[in-house]
Amino acid sequence: MNILVCVKRVPDTAENEIEVRPDGTDIRREDLVYSVNEWDNYAVEEAIQIAERTGGTVTVATVGDADAEEVVRREMAMGAQQGLMLTDPAFEGSDGRGVAEILKAAVQRGRYDLVLCGAQADDGAGQVGGMLAALLDWPYASLVNRIEVLEGQRLRIGREIEGGNQEVSEIELPCVLSIQTGINEPRYVGIRGIRKVASVEIPALGASELGLDPSRVGRAACRVRKLDYFVPPAGAGAEILQGSPEEIAARLVDLLKAKGGLK
Amino acid sequence: MTAQVFAFIPHANSRIDDAAPELAAAARQLAPGAPVTALVAGDGAGVEAVCAEAGRFFPEVWKFAAAELAYPNAELLRPLLSRVLPRGAIVLFSHNTLAMDLGPGLAVKLDAAYLPDIVAFEAPEGQVLRAVRQEFNGQVSTHVACDLSGGAVITLRAGCFAASEPLAAAGRVVDRSADAQGLAARRRFLEVVPAEVGDVDITKEEVLVSVGRGIGDKENLPVAEDLAEALGAVVSCSRPVVDAKWLDKSRQVGTSGKTVKPKVYLALGISGSFQHMGGIKGNPFIVAVNKNPKAPIFQVAQVGVVADVLEFAPVLAEAVRKAR
Repeated sequence: MNILVCVKRVPDTAENEIEVRPDGTDIRREDLVYSVNEWDNYAVEEAIQIAERTGGTVTVATVGDADAEEVVRREMAMGAQQGLMLTDPAFEGSDGRGVAEILKAAVQRGRYDLVLCGAQADDGAGQVGGMLAALLDWPYASLVNRIEVLEGQRLRIGREIEGGNQEVSEIELPCVLSIQTGINEPRYVGIRGIRKVASVEIPALGASELGLDPSRVGRAACRVRKLDYFVPPAGAGAEILQGSPEEIAARLVDLLKAKGGLK
Repeated sequence: MTAQVFAFIPHANSRIDDAAPELAAAARQLAPGAPVTALVAGDGAGVEAVCAEAGRFFPEVWKFAAAELAYPNAELLRPLLSRVLPRGAIVLFSHNTLAMDLGPGLAVKLDAAYLPDIVAFEAPEGQVLRAVRQEFNGQVSTHVACDLSGGAVITLRAGCFAASEPLAAAGRVVDRSADAQGLAARRRFLEVVPAEVGDVDITKEEVLVSVGRGIGDKENLPVAEDLAEALGAVVSCSRPVVDAKWLDKSRQVGTSGKTVKPKVYLALGISGSFQHMGGIKGNPFIVAVNKNPKAPIFQVAQVGVVADVLEFAPVLAEAVRKAR
């Protein structure tokens, strides 16, 4: 099975506190540590495991500038055979729909049986996979936490729904799936793995190579415009206990007694 | 605003979801005075009951009854809605796992804008809607602007919009089931597998010591387990801990895990995303321990301690044991 996995380079929320710039136009990006979007990393691991079982290749693609190449290379070090940069000044500022249009063009240039995306990324919108499927007119499932390859160009899949329940379906290939975290245990990538792919050529495609009408992508095509970033005014919030750890613990014990946490 | 506004009604077990009256209120806020139509899809007696209940909040209810719609399969609902919704329609959903499955593709099929997981919006000026979303797991918010003239699919975070009161007169139910015939999808629903039951039932515990990513490593779990033991409590966790396989899924608190109703909830190294907080009901006394003073958990906790969990939890455990 030939699989395309769409990945995004994002600020790593486990490594950074996200703060808003004083003018509100963006978050403070100066000192941020970037990495591959966590959901996408699970998607790449899943693709590699499927390809190991069924044969075929895994291609990792990203829409982004030259900085984004590092995440494609990192995911290739996990075991993806090919990388693909979708890069063009005309792509800058695209909204989710614009990104889906770019990915659609990339999917149609290749021969893929399956396209995987992360269920969501830094903006929490969770939209690109579903839009890509609709543009391709392929079936789609979101929040996928299990994939089993069946005979006859079909998959049995699980979706994570409310309450931790799992919705099980059969879906026809080709299809687009968005992957939920926890579906697998992504393999560790060591320095040696990164070195092995350090000099691999990663092709870059722009709007003309993809046959994309530039008016469908980029900032001008956005249907949803981001106006600003802000931190909502804090409510009353928690009473922050002060003092030495021992003093704080003693105060907490009193509070826990009063609230039924210590019987 | 002259667009037609619709609300897709989430329901289960023949009852509307609590989010349905919130959709009614939000629709009215979005388009004051405009008629709002509820969309109900399902099968059998359940769909009749849901339509009647939806009619308490919406002046008009479109009923789509078909055997294929007994379970809400987004791959069937998307072509149905693309078929019946007029051009330029504004459709509201509750931001749940069905809407996440259905919404993005529906926006493409309707050639409409997509506004996911909206927590607030202002009354539209002309055709432009200004709405509030969150990014980076709730660490920052953004205002987004969207021209509604081409239609929009909008999903609203549950609990962010006040629920509507029932209408004075019940709404009219229009049977549109004829439009729901002959639906086919390349994804077939098989079954729902219930969440696994673990060795302990965290939903029944009065005191929970809950750990998040801030615990750092599986090897550090005994720190939380020891505090829980001192308190006579049980250890629960947030999602990243389960994803990392440090604890079993049955211990996860949140919208994609268990809903708990303890008296006391100690959140250790938990940032406090809305998905996590969505699993905590019954207004417990929440104590948050986190080394990041800006963690959203401090907004919802009653008491906070800015400290490294691994350093503070043993001190607290010792104080608890001394107090016994």
